[in-house]
Order: sequence, then C-alpha cells, then structure tokens
Amino acid sequence: MTSTDQQPFLSVRDLKVHFSTEDGIVKAVDGLSFDLLKGKTLGIVGESGSGKSVTNLAILGLHDRDRTAIEGEVVLDDKELLTASERELERLRGNKMSMIFQDALASLSPYHTIGKQISETYRKHTGASKSQARARAIEMLRRVGIPQPEVRVDDYPHQFSGGMRQRAMIAMALVCDPELLIADEPTTALDVTVQAQIMDLLKDLQQEFGTAIIFITHDLGVIADIADDVLVMYGGRCVERGTKKEVLRSPQHPYTLGLLSSMPSLDHPVDVPLNPIPGSPPSLLNPPTGCRFHPRCTFAEKVEGGLCSTEQPPLEVTNGRGSACHLTADQRAEYFSDLAGSAAN
Amino acid sequence: MSSTTPLLDVSGLTKHFPIKGGFPIRRTIGAVQAVDGLDFQVAEGESLGLVGESGCGKSTTGRLITRLLEPTGGRISYRGQDITHAGRKQLAPIRSEIQMIFQDPYASLNPRQTVGKIISGPMEINDINPAGGREARVRELLEIVGLNPEHYNRFPHEFSGGQRQRIGVARALALEPKLIVADEPVSALDVSIQAQVVNLLQKVQRDLGIAFVFIAHDLAVVRHFSQRVAVMYLGRIVEIADRDDLYGNPRHPYTRALLSAVPEATVRDEGEAGPERIRLVGDVPSPINPPSGCRFRTRCWKATEKCATEAPPLVQVEGNKPGHLTACHYPETADVPATVPAPRLAKDPEAAA
Repeated sequence: MTSTDQQPFLSVRDLKVHFSTEDGIVKAVDGLSFDLLKGKTLGIVGESGSGKSVTNLAILGLHDRDRTAIEGEVVLDDKELLTASERELERLRGNKMSMIFQDALASLSPYHTIGKQISETYRKHTGASKSQARARAIEMLRRVGIPQPEVRVDDYPHQFSGGMRQRAMIAMALVCDPELLIADEPTTALDVTVQAQIMDLLKDLQQEFGTAIIFITHDLGVIADIADDVLVMYGGRCVERGTKKEVLRSPQHPYTLGLLSSMPSLDHPVDVPLNPIPGSPPSLLNPPTGCRFHPRCTFAEKVEGGLCSTEQPPLEVTNGRGSACHLTADQRAEYFSDLAGSAAN
Repeated sequence: MSSTTPLLDVSGLTKHFPIKGGFPIRRTIGAVQAVDGLDFQVAEGESLGLVGESGCGKSTTGRLITRLLEPTGGRISYRGQDITHAGRKQLAPIRSEIQMIFQDPYASLNPRQTVGKIISGPMEINDINPAGGREARVRELLEIVGLNPEHYNRFPHEFSGGQRQRIGVARALALEPKLIVADEPVSALDVSIQAQVVNLLQKVQRDLGIAFVFIAHDLAVVRHFSQRVAVMYLGRIVEIADRDDLYGNPRHPYTRALLSAVPEATVRDEGEAGPERIRLVGDVPSPINPPSGCRFRTRCWKATEKCATEAPPLVQVEGNKPGHLTACHYPETADVPATVPAPRLAKDPEAAA
C-alpha cells in the first residue's frame, strides 16, 4: 500500500463500527482501511457524523463492547488491537498510544491538579515514585510551553486558560513518549493565534520524538498545515485519500472538491458567491443507497445508468492514492478543471 | 461615512461587569472590562464585521447594540435617537428594527413551538398583521430563506443544523428590520453548510438592504461578508477599515498576526516561500486587569516603554486611506515585512508568560 517498503506502524483494515440503537443499526464506520508510518501525520477530514472520531475511539478500544459491533483489523506494531483484552489495552493506552480530545476543560478532572493528572499516567505505566513523576510532569509542562511550570503544576484546570489547558492535555498525552498520538480536533475550540501555537508545538514534538500522529479535523486549512497524508471521510466511508498535495491540489472526489470550493479563503474574490455543497450530511441510520454522497453530488446525473444511486463505488488505491467515485478519469478532468482552479487559489 | 446620520452611531461604548466579593458585606471588588470605549458607525445597508479572539468583547458589543445589556458608559444612537439608557417602552419600536441571529441553532429555537409559531412570534409580540395574514407571511419568509413553506407545522428537532439556522434568519427577517446583529451565525455549522448560510445572509443583505453587524472569529468569512471590518482586542477596537484596506494593508501588529495565523488550504512546493507567519506568544490577558497603555503590548514584538504608559488612540495613521483607523504607536508598513523575533514556544516557555 505504501510507496516505501517500510512496515506500517499502524494498519487498519476494513474497519466497521456499528451501534445498535432503538431505531436500528447505525453504521458509523463502514469499511475503512489505512496505514500510518512512524513519524508521519495522517489527517482525517470530515463533517460531524462522518465517523472520524468513532474510528479513533475504535483504535483505542474505547467503545462499549456490549453495545458496539466492531469488525475488521487494527494492527499497531504487530499487535492486533480489536481482539486484545482490556488489560492489554490498558497497558497500551497512555503508554504506546494516547489521545488529545477537543474539549480540554471537559477532559480534565476539575478536582485534581494538573500535575497530579499528568503524573498519574506516568506512575501507572513506569512505576515511578511520586517525586520522580512530579519532576516528569514539570518537565513535560515546560516542554509544551507552560510558563513557570514548577508553580503551575499545582494549579487546577480552571486556573488555566483554554490554550494552556490544551497544552496540559498534550503534556499528559505525551508523558510516556507514545508512538501513536491521536488528536481529535485539538484546535477547534481555540482561537486562531493559539491554534497556530499548538500546531507548531505538535510539529516540534513530532520531530523530537518521531511520533505517528492521526489528526482529526474538519478544517482543510489545518490539514494543509500539519498533515503528510489525507483521508477524506463521508458518511462512515473513506471517499478519497492521498498525500496532502494530491488531495488538496487535484481532488478526485466531488465531495473533496465541494469542500475546497465552499471554503471562503482570504483571497477569494468577494463579489463571487461561495459555492456551497447543497443539502446536508446523511443520516447513518438510513444512509443513501449506492454512493452515500450522490444525493448532494452535482455530478451524479453525469454517470451513465444512474449507477451512483444503486452501486457503491469501490475505493481503488494505488500507491496510497485513490478515490471512491463512479466518474471516469476523463469526466473528472472535464468537470473538475475549472472548479478546481478557483478552489486551489 | 457620509454627512447623513448613520443608522447606528456608537461612541465611547463601555461595559464593565462588576465582580462581587468580600465578607460579611458583599461589595464590588473589581470589574471585567469586557468593552472599553468603542467608537464605530454603521451606515444603512452596510455590513460591519467585528472580529477578534474569544474574550475580546465582540459578543458583548452585539448585546449592547441590541440593548440586551445595559451599557456602563458611552452612547449608542440609532437613527439619531439616543437609546443608550432607553427604557422598555421607548425601546419597543426600535427593537423591531434591530434583530439578532444567534450562534447556536439548537439553543435559540424553542423546541416546543412549531416553526410557524417561532417565526410569527415577533409579529405577535408587536401586534403586526400583515396583509394576507401572518401565516402567509411566514410561508413567504420560509421561501426566502430556502425552506419548504410546507414545513410550517414542523418542530425544530425535525431540521438539521443548517436548516435551523435558516429558521433563525427567517425569524430575524419577520419584522423587516433595518439592522441585524449576527453573532457567529455560521461557526456552529458543518463546513459544507457554512457556505450555504453565508450565501443566504449575503442574498438577504443585498436584496432587502439590511445593515448587518456581523460578529465572527473567522477572518475569511468576515472578509467575504462585510464591507467594513473592525478588529477587536481585549475590549477595544485596534483597527477598523474598509475590507480591502484591512486585509490588504493591515497596519496594527495584531491584525497582521491574526491574518497570518489563518490556516489556508493551499499546499506549497518544497522551498516555495509561504506567506509571512507571525506567531504570537501567550494568551489574551485577563480583562479584569488589562495591561496598561496599549492592551496588546504584552504579546507585541514591537512594544516599548511608550506602549506601557500611553494608550494609542484610534486614528488615521500616516499612510492610511480615509476611514482606515489604527490604534498603534508603531504601525506596520506594507513594504517592509515584519521582522518577528518570536521564539518557537516549545523552546522558550518563559516567553509565554
């Protein structure tokens, strides 16, 4: 799958996550595959309900097993995670793989000091003493750019600002030098200037530790800044993947193209109205037949025989590049060229 | 600004929220200086964008204009009429001309009322009976905002986020307002839906000639929607200008930093120079105890003694076009790229203090 012969560090194969609810089965993730190399960043883009967070909770084994049907394979460094016992997963979580959540205030315990929360993870996985763990917590806070870490280590989360809380979360996630870091919309709740700081910090830390990062976001601008490879999700499926340059410069799927051209940019001509994607995201309880994007797709009628509404287009991937769409290469070249031109600028 | 009276004229607008404390007698021990001396005008049919980071007072400003909050000081006049401390009765006719669109389309619609009831609510309150009846007017409004008029009897939960925001727009339009204050109207929506709502608001503004105060943190959306833009920082306007001047020739260091922090969905080749990137260190200071002088000085790479002692006035600095006001002692110049000695944070935590 990958262009190099390097062994992927994380490999996800045909992952399916289904929840059973009173109204029926919700197919939150429906057949997703990807690989991630060490030291690389995979950006997952999608709207709310596209299955991006569910995927990552499945990797970490955080779904309630009684209520969720998970199929497929998730292999982290030769270890199969979906069949692993809770004990094994506990040993991996926070140690080998960890996660940064979107809402830092909700993810930190309000009753414990920042220092205590960071050192708890460290002590559990390394068996370090209290004082060692405290020193480590201070070191981590310093590394993520918290001023006066010796003092702030004894603060409670409410005494930190939004950006500092997110830094504290990053410190906590990285305290055991994990090899896989999953960042679920880590900057969405932050202001742009702070977002830029956090992304620089993640890039620096990745260079230092060689961490593999899965970065989930709905913002293509953030993807352009941080990712190496991009995976675009829609309605629980991957619709397009490739390197950042391939996906953002020459999108192959109408959804990616739609996202790119609906985003206002700082140099978009102001008298030209935006080019939105019509309709709204699908319900996963009762997803559209065939291609899940077809009810909103402007090109669906261009495909012969109404294939889009009857048959699910396969995701064909060569050298890590692929898209799931019935349009032929010629059609794409014809329809996308003018739109892509305006979107890329 | 023409010689005629602007639709909305705000001068020296101030809002301080008192902080109570002390025992046994509770008294005011401080104040959150949410908004501290704003001056701006909105002309008829114009859209003014208010941008800034969280806590800069942009939402408070919106609520002061609509008089949902009582100003601590300053003056708001609407069409020449002073409404700064106007009472309920006096405000009633004006309230129907100034409407608001809220951020959260889930929290701002009553779940127990049908869409028809929600949209006709403002007409009921103001006892307005349009020709053809209220229901016909609601159906017309639904049509304007791109919803099916047949959905008159549905409840909000039957709609998606983008559709709900359209209902909010229809409600704001019900009284044919002259001014709409839109507080982050698209930030709670999915990316693919945001553009739909921005286009709708733009159509409404053009077709009906409604003036907007558009509050948002997304600079690209504001640029797309507003003819004039004011950048706020910690309760004050640091720069205000026509769209092209502000985005093309930002003079205040904060405006410049803010613009450079916006992630753009463009990929550059190896070695290809990107736009300048200015990284501000630290966070916005607390509005309870804002820095003396220029409020941005704690994060500014140009700050000197003068900035700490003297608050820069919002004036047309040298090199600005008329109407382009900047509050800075050392404004940026377009030709000389800003030299930013800002350290990368991971390596210099002290600088973030």
